[in-house]
Amino acid sequence: MPTVTMTVNGMERSGNVEGRTLLVEFLREHLGLTGTHVGCDTSQCGACVVHVNGTSVKSCTSLAAQADGAEVTTIEGLANGSDLHPMQEAFREHHGLQCGFCTPGMVMSAVDLANQNADPSEHEVREWLEGNLCRCTGYHNIVKAVQAGARAMGGGS
Amino acid sequence: MSANGSGIGASVKRKEDTRFLTGRGRYTDDINLPGQLYGYILRSPVAHANIGGIDTSAAAAAPGVHAIFTGTDMEGVGGIPTGWLIHSKDGEPMVEPGHPALALGKVRYVGDCVAIVVAETREQAKEAANLIDVDYQDLPAVASIEAAEAEGAAQVFDEAPGNVCYDWEVGDRAATDAAFDEATHVVSIDVVNNRLIPNAIEPRAAIANYDPATGDYTLYTTSQNPHLIRLLLGAFVLQLPEHKLRIVAPDVGGGFGSKIPHYAEEAILTWTAGQLGRPVKWTCERIDAFKSDTHGRDHISTARLALDADGKFLGLHVSTKANLGAYLSTFATCVPTYLYGILFAGPYTTPAVYCEVKSFFTNTVPVDALRGAGRPEATYLLERLVEKAAVELGIDRVEIRRKNFIREFPYQTPVALQYDQGDYDATLDLALKASDWAGFEARRAESAARGKCRGIGISTFIEACGIAPSAVVGSLGARAGLYESGSVRVHPTGSVSVFTGTHSHGQGHETTFAQIVSDMLGVDFEAVDVVHGDSAKIPFGMGTYGSRSLAVGGTAIYLAVEKVIEKGKKIAAHLLEASAEDIEFENGSFTVAGTDRSKSLGEVALTAYVPHNYPAGLEPGLEETAFYDPLNFTFPAGTHVAEVEVDPETGEVEVVSVTGADDVGRIINPMIVDGQLHGGLAHGIGQALLEECLYQDDGQLQTGSYLDYTMPRAADLPSFNINHNTTLCTHNPLGVKGVGEVGSIGVPPAVINAVIDALRPLGVNDMAMPATSQRVWQAIQQARG
Amino acid sequence: MNDFTYHAPTSLDDAVAALRGDGGAKLIAGGHSLLPVMKLNLAAPSALVSLAGVPGLGDIADGGDSVTVGAMCSHAQVAGSAIVQARIPALAAMADGIGDAQVRNAGTIGGSVAHNDPAADYPAACVALGATIVTDRREVHADDFFQGMFATALADDEVITEVRFPVPGRAAYAKFANPASKYAVAGVMVADGPAGVRVAVTGASGDGVFRVAEMEAALGASFSGEAVAGVAVSSDGMLSDTAAGADYRAHLVTVMAKRAVEACG
Ligand SMILES: Cc1cc2nc3c(=O)[nH]c(=O)nc-3n(C[C@H](O)[C@H](O)[C@H](O)COP(=O)(O)OP(=O)(O)OC[C@H]3O[C@@H](n4cnc5c(N)ncnc54)[C@H](O)[C@@H]3O)c2cc1C
Ligand code: FES
Ligand code: FES
Repeated sequence: MPTVTMTVNGMERSGNVEGRTLLVEFLREHLGLTGTHVGCDTSQCGACVVHVNGTSVKSCTSLAAQADGAEVTTIEGLANGSDLHPMQEAFREHHGLQCGFCTPGMVMSAVDLANQNADPSEHEVREWLEGNLCRCTGYHNIVKAVQAGARAMGGGS
Repeated sequence: MSANGSGIGASVKRKEDTRFLTGRGRYTDDINLPGQLYGYILRSPVAHANIGGIDTSAAAAAPGVHAIFTGTDMEGVGGIPTGWLIHSKDGEPMVEPGHPALALGKVRYVGDCVAIVVAETREQAKEAANLIDVDYQDLPAVASIEAAEAEGAAQVFDEAPGNVCYDWEVGDRAATDAAFDEATHVVSIDVVNNRLIPNAIEPRAAIANYDPATGDYTLYTTSQNPHLIRLLLGAFVLQLPEHKLRIVAPDVGGGFGSKIPHYAEEAILTWTAGQLGRPVKWTCERIDAFKSDTHGRDHISTARLALDADGKFLGLHVSTKANLGAYLSTFATCVPTYLYGILFAGPYTTPAVYCEVKSFFTNTVPVDALRGAGRPEATYLLERLVEKAAVELGIDRVEIRRKNFIREFPYQTPVALQYDQGDYDATLDLALKASDWAGFEARRAESAARGKCRGIGISTFIEACGIAPSAVVGSLGARAGLYESGSVRVHPTGSVSVFTGTHSHGQGHETTFAQIVSDMLGVDFEAVDVVHGDSAKIPFGMGTYGSRSLAVGGTAIYLAVEKVIEKGKKIAAHLLEASAEDIEFENGSFTVAGTDRSKSLGEVALTAYVPHNYPAGLEPGLEETAFYDPLNFTFPAGTHVAEVEVDPETGEVEVVSVTGADDVGRIINPMIVDGQLHGGLAHGIGQALLEECLYQDDGQLQTGSYLDYTMPRAADLPSFNINHNTTLCTHNPLGVKGVGEVGSIGVPPAVINAVIDALRPLGVNDMAMPATSQRVWQAIQQARG
Repeated sequence: MNDFTYHAPTSLDDAVAALRGDGGAKLIAGGHSLLPVMKLNLAAPSALVSLAGVPGLGDIADGGDSVTVGAMCSHAQVAGSAIVQARIPALAAMADGIGDAQVRNAGTIGGSVAHNDPAADYPAACVALGATIVTDRREVHADDFFQGMFATALADDEVITEVRFPVPGRAAYAKFANPASKYAVAGVMVADGPAGVRVAVTGASGDGVFRVAEMEAALGASFSGEAVAGVAVSSDGMLSDTAAGADYRAHLVTVMAKRAVEACG
């Protein structure tokens, strides 16, 4: 079994994986980071979105081996101690979550957008969230949260 | 009740959010038990077949495999029960065939559970399952209502001739026929209510454990109603006494009705854990969820409306055929009957209403409740028909509704329900104003200048929720009571734990219920925690569905708090050397009326637990439980307006705006209430424009993944314009009605009415759901001839 | 998903050697076509050879009359490239419309053209723009490269290194997306370039990308939306699924062609 090593939420983590081990499986099952969710098997729902080397990717459609040597950030790594990240805070403030299942992927995707666009329009947010399904919120408050979160981030995380 | 910063009426930020936002939610698949094995459910790839035999030998020899069980292994175990007995017109009980958890002798739909493979790892279990050789001897399948009722159709069950489960009716047929005899106009319509796949984003999952030392079973499961699962799984399937079976529904990632039913997998897992004496975990893959989560809707209806010369409704006659799927799921039989037929008065004074519903077995996934359950189907039919009547009679579509509104309450409908309160003119007026209905023609012209067809549509509706008075539902065939329990435990130092039998899977009960309790007891919002989802912690409960949690569960909590206050008064009276009748409770203090002598709730609580100086004969402790059985349904109502723009070249429909004017009763947390409306509206727009479950004639699911089944995405939807006009429910102390399903009930007909309005100039007068671009394009082509 | 050996070569030669060393091996770039089919057990390679560590495959270069895009450039990279935006804005816009943000972050041009999904966007761009697919051993013109659904001119051990796009005078892409999957139901790239006017269609045909000669002729005579609006394509051989039947697809090809021409300005 190959060994993979990556920096996850600022800490070096390694593990023995199979070739086929998905990044999401490595995070959830090897590292116990269950904040990253799995909502589908056809790469469409976005519940699994994490950052690899600073950009958002679907961890269900990446091999753990592909992330060998990478910097990975999951939802668990976003807050600074007990201080929520501005995007997390914006989701709370604007009620951008209900059941919470899509939320980690939504937030990670939103942070990637905000890193590129400090003041996205409603249209830009809606287009960006193409790869994130939510059944609960109707997206209305998610869109508001992402806009507010991006502004609060001021163009960087 | 005083509105303080976190009390009733305040948009308090949710207690549950921090854990969800930081990845610390605890959903079923996040739970791992020491020594756990993984189960994989092998499902039928064919819709209807005899099982000639199952060869598990290769699979059993595969690496990591601990056990394989098939239908014959579970033969002695009870089948999966259904919760509601319906009687046909002729008084006969419905046909209620057995539903073995693992298929026995026959499979009846693609997705039917055939075997469980238990192995060391998920992958091993799945790989071994692929080695199981099942001899499927294909039988002809019926995959739709039309196929099920055809002459000589294949039989899903021998005991259900013609595949009919029941042929039910409600209302006065003779009176309705008489109304049609008198009518100046009769307008009729045929509608299909498209079959939907619920698609909560969290797939179902379960972990079962058996402790041989105590004989205790524990099942963690993605359920909206853990106690109900305990009742059905324990009493009916495994015949386990309640005290030996604990059901935990931890954080649950959305339900929408699909996590109400007691599923075969729950029984299989629990039974398997008992056989192996080790925990067994199963997580549904999405591909399997499409073919095993209960589906929703799937009706074909024809209806006629009788009107007088003036446009007043005289009578309504509805004939519906409903698809129940291959087995009777928990609420399957009541959704197209008691959650449907009794809605047909709508907000209108129609004096005679009759509805008949014939329900069919088919070789498809079982159909059960889905957000709105029965009420969207009824509302869609009624609001399409009313709209059609307006157009055919040349009456303004707002006026025809206004002409027929109910204005006197309580109002007894001709189909069983008695509405306690409402103001339908107020929500209509509000919606017209908020949507700038009057300014629409200018917007239509502006769209036309860009080559687009714009349309506006309306729906005025009521719904019945807060299910429901037990005696009433019992007389209608429910096999359970539909009350709710609530317990309030004031701890010695004054913080409070609240226990509810409802379950939150997105609705924010942990916040809303804490607001109620903190407001009533005058304790800090932060000092109140709400506990739900564990049958070992909660006295009892019926769970969350039918927009019942606040109206029924919230009321139980309210009553428990009142009991706490009553007891507190006795303790305070003793401490203050007054009579309990003279004690008033306000803002967290017990005060002797007309004096400034008082004791805080904290002092009283401490006394209750350290009862050194205590009223004689009074039990120590400050904890009360109330069971609340509602006196009636609640009747949220409203008006939804949708505006769409159609691209006539491609048939694409864009929802330009959606305006809701809703009366959901008293609003505890406006932020949460609006969020519920948003979600329901998105679901309703999904049904109207995007979502459709399709089967091939042979029973293969055509829309079996997100590649073919269109889920509403952010870019498919507008921001919503939500408005409220509140009348209070008269029969619960909080005056609350319910909000979880409103959007999905009210908006589909508004959207379709808008699409037809947009296309009418092109000669299109009808449109089926979902109004996909292809369907719209085809309708335009047809109209052009 | 079946297990496999994972190779992470650091040179093109090693990548090719790894492919040759195992008949069941496949390249993996972004994995966004390959892993989804493997997860559904529709493909089960015995080894995956990653191109991520092979140097020199991730650059975009302006060659004057052409733009060269390295095989490992992600869709997001192409969409955001100042060079592509300036020289072939239609290509940047097309890349920006592939899948969703995360797909664009992972998926690559090399993987897309090698996979040749009949509903993928790049094949239409390559054919309309007259691109050349450059591999570790040869150059293949797009006209010869795409050979029907999921089929290309590539040998089993051949690696795409870059794709070279001649800069057109004007070009635009119009896509009608499947509402569920967001892949193209009908995607039409129209380019007026060194090789004349080319109209290439993806998503619509069971044979993958194809050109529409009648439209090209009509546009050659008069480059306007009107010129193609009247050119109907036959629905014979069109794909048909729950979102779009063959007739509707054929109709959409004409509408998208018209819109692409209009977008050329
Ligand atoms: C949810 C989703 C939506 C999508 N939507 C769209 C869409 O709208 N439009 C669209 O066009 N695509 C879409 N895609 C596909 C996406 O663009 C893929 O990324 C792309 O098709 C393949 O690129 P890849 O780098 O991921 O290739 P991989 O999946 O890594 O590989 C694909 C194939 O190409 C081979 N290969 C890879 N690189 C090379 C190379 N350099 N030389 C030779 N062979 C190679 C591999 O062996 C494999 O057979 C979507 C994908 C997903 C998951
Ligand atoms: S789990 Fe659905 S996209 Fe990754
Ligand atoms: S909050 Fe439940 S799926 Fe988005």
